[in-house]
Amino acid sequence: MFKVGVDVGGTFTDVLLVNSANSEFFTAKVPSTPSDSSIGVLNGIEKACELAGVSLKDIDVVTHGTTVATNAILTGQGAKVGLVTSKGYGQVLQIARSYVPGGLGGWLYYQKTPPLAPLDCTVEIDERTAADGSIVSELNIEKARRSITKLAEKNVEAITICLINSFSNDTHEKKLRELVQEMLPKIPTSISSEVIPEMQEYERTITTVANSYVRPQVENYISNLQKEFNNKMDGASLSILRSDGGLATAAAAMNFPVYMLMSGPAGGVSGAMWVGEQAGFNNIITFDMGGTSTDVALIENGQALVRRETTVGDVTVRASALDVRSIGAGGGSIAHVPELTRALRVGPESAGAEPGPAAYDKGGIEPTVTDANVVLGYLPETQKLGGDMAIRQELAEKAVQKIADALGLTLLEAAEGIIKIVNEKMFGAVRLVSVEKGYDPRDFSLMAFGGAGPLHANALGALTQAWPVVIPPGPGILCAYGDATTRLRNEASKTIILNMSAASGAKLAKEFETLAITAANGLNASDEGAPQAIDSETLTTQYEIDIRYAGQGLVLTIPISLEDVGRGDFSKVSEDFDKLHEQLFTFRIDGEKEFVNLRVIALGPKSQLELASSEGRQIDDVAHAVLSDHEIFHNGKKHSAKVYDRSLLKTGHIVQGPAVITEMDSTSVVLPDHKAQVDDKLNLLLSPV
Amino acid sequence: MKEKIIQTNEAPFSKVSVDPITLDVIESALRNTREQMDATVFRTAMSPGIREQGDAFPMVANADGKMIVGQFGSFIHGFMEGYEGMIEEGDMILTNDPYSCGGAISHLNDYLVIKPIFKDGRHMAWAAHFGHLTDIGGRVPGSLPNKAREIFEEGTAFPPVKIYKKGEFQDDIMQIALRNSRMPHWNQGDFKGVIAACTIAERRCVEMAERFGDDVFYSALEELLERNCRAMRQLIMETIPEEKQSFEDYICDDALGSGPYKIKCSMWREGERVIFDFDGTDPQSPGSINFMLNEEMFKMFCGTFMISAFDPQILFNDGFYDYIDVRIPRGCMLKPIRPAALSCRTHALGRIFDVLSGLLGQGNPDFLCGAGFSDSPHFMYSGRDKNGEWYQLYQIGFGGIPARPVGDGPDGHSLWPNFKNVPNEYLEAYFPLRIETYECIIDSGGAGYHRGGNGIRMGYRFLEDGEISIHDDRWLTYPWGVNGAEPGQRSTKELVRADGTSEFLPSKCDLIPVSSGDILYFNTWGGGGVGNPLTREPERVLHDVVSGLVSAQAAKDAYGVVVNGESLDIEATSALRSSKAVAETTDSKVFNFGGDLEELRSRCLDETGLEPPMPPDFSRYNYAYKN
Repeated sequence: MFKVGVDVGGTFTDVLLVNSANSEFFTAKVPSTPSDSSIGVLNGIEKACELAGVSLKDIDVVTHGTTVATNAILTGQGAKVGLVTSKGYGQVLQIARSYVPGGLGGWLYYQKTPPLAPLDCTVEIDERTAADGSIVSELNIEKARRSITKLAEKNVEAITICLINSFSNDTHEKKLRELVQEMLPKIPTSISSEVIPEMQEYERTITTVANSYVRPQVENYISNLQKEFNNKMDGASLSILRSDGGLATAAAAMNFPVYMLMSGPAGGVSGAMWVGEQAGFNNIITFDMGGTSTDVALIENGQALVRRETTVGDVTVRASALDVRSIGAGGGSIAHVPELTRALRVGPESAGAEPGPAAYDKGGIEPTVTDANVVLGYLPETQKLGGDMAIRQELAEKAVQKIADALGLTLLEAAEGIIKIVNEKMFGAVRLVSVEKGYDPRDFSLMAFGGAGPLHANALGALTQAWPVVIPPGPGILCAYGDATTRLRNEASKTIILNMSAASGAKLAKEFETLAITAANGLNASDEGAPQAIDSETLTTQYEIDIRYAGQGLVLTIPISLEDVGRGDFSKVSEDFDKLHEQLFTFRIDGEKEFVNLRVIALGPKSQLELASSEGRQIDDVAHAVLSDHEIFHNGKKHSAKVYDRSLLKTGHIVQGPAVITEMDSTSVVLPDHKAQVDDKLNLLLSPV
Repeated sequence: MKEKIIQTNEAPFSKVSVDPITLDVIESALRNTREQMDATVFRTAMSPGIREQGDAFPMVANADGKMIVGQFGSFIHGFMEGYEGMIEEGDMILTNDPYSCGGAISHLNDYLVIKPIFKDGRHMAWAAHFGHLTDIGGRVPGSLPNKAREIFEEGTAFPPVKIYKKGEFQDDIMQIALRNSRMPHWNQGDFKGVIAACTIAERRCVEMAERFGDDVFYSALEELLERNCRAMRQLIMETIPEEKQSFEDYICDDALGSGPYKIKCSMWREGERVIFDFDGTDPQSPGSINFMLNEEMFKMFCGTFMISAFDPQILFNDGFYDYIDVRIPRGCMLKPIRPAALSCRTHALGRIFDVLSGLLGQGNPDFLCGAGFSDSPHFMYSGRDKNGEWYQLYQIGFGGIPARPVGDGPDGHSLWPNFKNVPNEYLEAYFPLRIETYECIIDSGGAGYHRGGNGIRMGYRFLEDGEISIHDDRWLTYPWGVNGAEPGQRSTKELVRADGTSEFLPSKCDLIPVSSGDILYFNTWGGGGVGNPLTREPERVLHDVVSGLVSAQAAKDAYGVVVNGESLDIEATSALRSSKAVAETTDSKVFNFGGDLEELRSRCLDETGLEPPMPPDFSRYNYAYKN
């Protein structure tokens, strides 16, 4: 029985093939095929099968992190969405929340992107529901029919229905959907009370519209992939990674693609959770640095925190996602010195994959973070970049020299300055998920991966004091590990708004039970005829309440047991809320609390896979792994260093800094006065000497 | 100032050299600190004004009281000048009295908290935060009486008092504050959030000093000030002419039947210094529209306008203050004399931005924006519901952002940093009302090559008997357009009674009784346009027409674009445009105010349904102004 995890990145598609019987892993890296990423996926799977000597037909399960949904939004290539609103609300997306970013004077430069559903494809319907769910005025079906006809004439490709107060009564939305399905049976229709039945009309509308916007592309992609699997792999089942790190069946993913927007970054965090569990690290800060952006997340007791919103480009939707903070700084970020202030700035412009850093000799001439790494000797010319790309030191130097000239520094000082600035930005992102949420990074281990993470890992460890810094084996393909090792997940939620003191346990328990059924059904959503993904015995169910002090705008999510709810005993959630509020904001308030949303999470069984261990302790001298002598620049000084081959490092080996450790697609730097120790699972553990 | 601060460790900080990289690192860390202060307040506050709309502002200043991060400049100096007592570690000071802090905050609703930050017994920096509390007593719910004539009618004033003494919370002061509010529960939540933000700023500053060293931290703050100073000096020399330029704009009325009130500012350069002089501004009003304009705050407004064009990542601070001289005559409506009422200062505060935009822009028309949504219209609704429970809503409205050289102004957005609207579903869940209409007003943005943003039409259906109050402006004067563009449409307020009768309400009114079933249309104004509308690409006009943002009629009349159904009539358009171009005079005036004051007055009743205000009688107030 074989299982496959696939992660599609901008440049490479990573595939991990696992023999479920003995946890034997095979990896393959092939170029991504952006015009149709399913080609790259199949190429990768075939390559991995060749390496492992198994047939495609031996594969039972493929789990996949995909950026199809994200890219549809980022490139503006999603569907033409028709929007159906209540009367008086047709411009809900045009006005949005009236928010202009950028501080005092920000309006001078703010360029607002057009709404995801165009105004000329928006219709208002005669109907009204009140906040308490009562019907103020009935739905006028005949008028609605004329409005839908208007949308049809506009050739919309997907339709969103979002009516005011539908979170408290979905009758009109459901009736309208029936009407649309009757009139336009081929157009996929999303209704807000199903996608996100929570209060706040703008957030509910944009979330449901985003769902419609990405839906045709996602449907197309997933069904094509499933077709290929049916043909070539005897119908291996396909699951898609959700933003919250769980897996969804292909059918569920096609209906609710808005939950897949952060599928990509979630793979890395899931991978980190799994490696952490295998290697005995429960508290981890993940540090996934790529070419254009860096993702950071916090894992506490083996669980990543989940946030109730997802942001892609200019679009922020209400959909649970692992609390991954992305900052627009990576290896490709460009350094520059504005004439007026003579400050050294790194980013937000990026050289991206094209033209790329100067050192890659693909036409880039601006100094990037990668160029600074090359200048400092952290990224040796001998390192291959996961392909045939070579590094050219002299081009990097020429680019960084521009910064040196502008600041009156030496070349090496300027390069180190660039690295320090970008490291500080990373540190800012780490603070966002740790200190600013009341966590002390010193209680965590930093796990570095992605193409550039291991280069900056040691320096970031010094800033955060999150020792040891863990660099897992194959840091460049950790996302695929995550895809292959995470579990099925679905959630269902509902806004209630109720004072805690007035809450009836029995009533809430009933609401929770209904949600639990919805969540479990979603977990099993499948095409007709296909087997159910899981049976109820292996299902785990979690219950949560969003709580706030009555009057506040924020909510904090607190887990609760169904037994407590049934008994009407809210003392524990109350205390848990107070504690968390104090941890986050330094104070608690004596006063009424309010329940805002109920949520149920259904989880499939956990992965049984294990990370390979090194066979016995290696007694070879670590010197066997040395490739060459080298020089690096750090803290204003040159240091003699050695370059090591990671594949020759075994459990028990200790590499003394300064050193550079290279492997297939990644480079780890060990700074002076630090060491890297190889653990049982072949992770590098960096710490001060 | 130093002599009022007790330090247990008197060792001075030394100025050491800070390498440019460390400096940039500290700059980022300070930016993070401010963001965290914001997040704390917005997430924990309870009043919709702060939690949903973001009416609260943090600041961190160096030991000398110069702002290092924040929005509105430092008020520590003004505050310390008025403070009589001594300050020591663990103290936190509260005031809401504009008259005892030089206008650091400008009406009683803004509660300002200031915390001196110490490390190892040495005073190292200041953290401060102010937020608008929904109700602090006084004669009307919301504590912003349009018709107040003295500050005593506007709620309870706290001159600077210690809300924390050496780390001890002074609950008796808090109790006085809460006892005088109609909404004590919100005030308590908001106030705790503001205090928490200052505590967080203190932690971050101490951490930074621990990480980099006390002297490096101290010196870095100095360096950051110097960096702004350098940038600003250069900008002043390059962009501000030596000859005097002036610009004036108006507040339409004072809620007491008089207006408009003129705000005039002149600007010129003397050597490296730029002077802003408000001489010519009208004397203080007997009503509550006076705005105590803090000179330092005005410098920050100028700096923001000027610097952000060149390095948007820069952290604004007070470093350039020595190069700007602000002169505000005592007794004018921007520096009123106590006990002048101040509560409705929001109109003048907003209008300052239009004045500044016109003043700085007229020398560089290429950078000129239209008149903006230069106000913060308020809506209040309160009463007792059928169960006898008190309800009270205070809400801020938004309108059209002006057209800018970079493009059209967004429709129905906020010029104020960080502000957001209150979700209508939230309003309906917590207050006895229904929002039946929430949309942009077609054609309300000024026509231009770039179109001004449209205002918002918000229809409040009241479900309980109660009283409403309205604070708005630009109902008589227009949000002007520039460089050949049209002004935006003005604001209106229409109350339609359950029996179908309707009336236009004045833009400033207190405690109008409403009954269940009545509906108020609160229509905000549009932004002014930029550039000749006849030059706007017909496709962009068509897009606005099919989107319902501009009517086909206006496309024809203002833009010379003929739209049939959903397509362009290209021939008719070019014919119309050439005839319009010929008909147009060669008068290429920079500003289009929609007519002079006399014209506006004479058309007032016809166009607005309201009598024009009387010219203000300043005979009693001129005395203070001119002496």
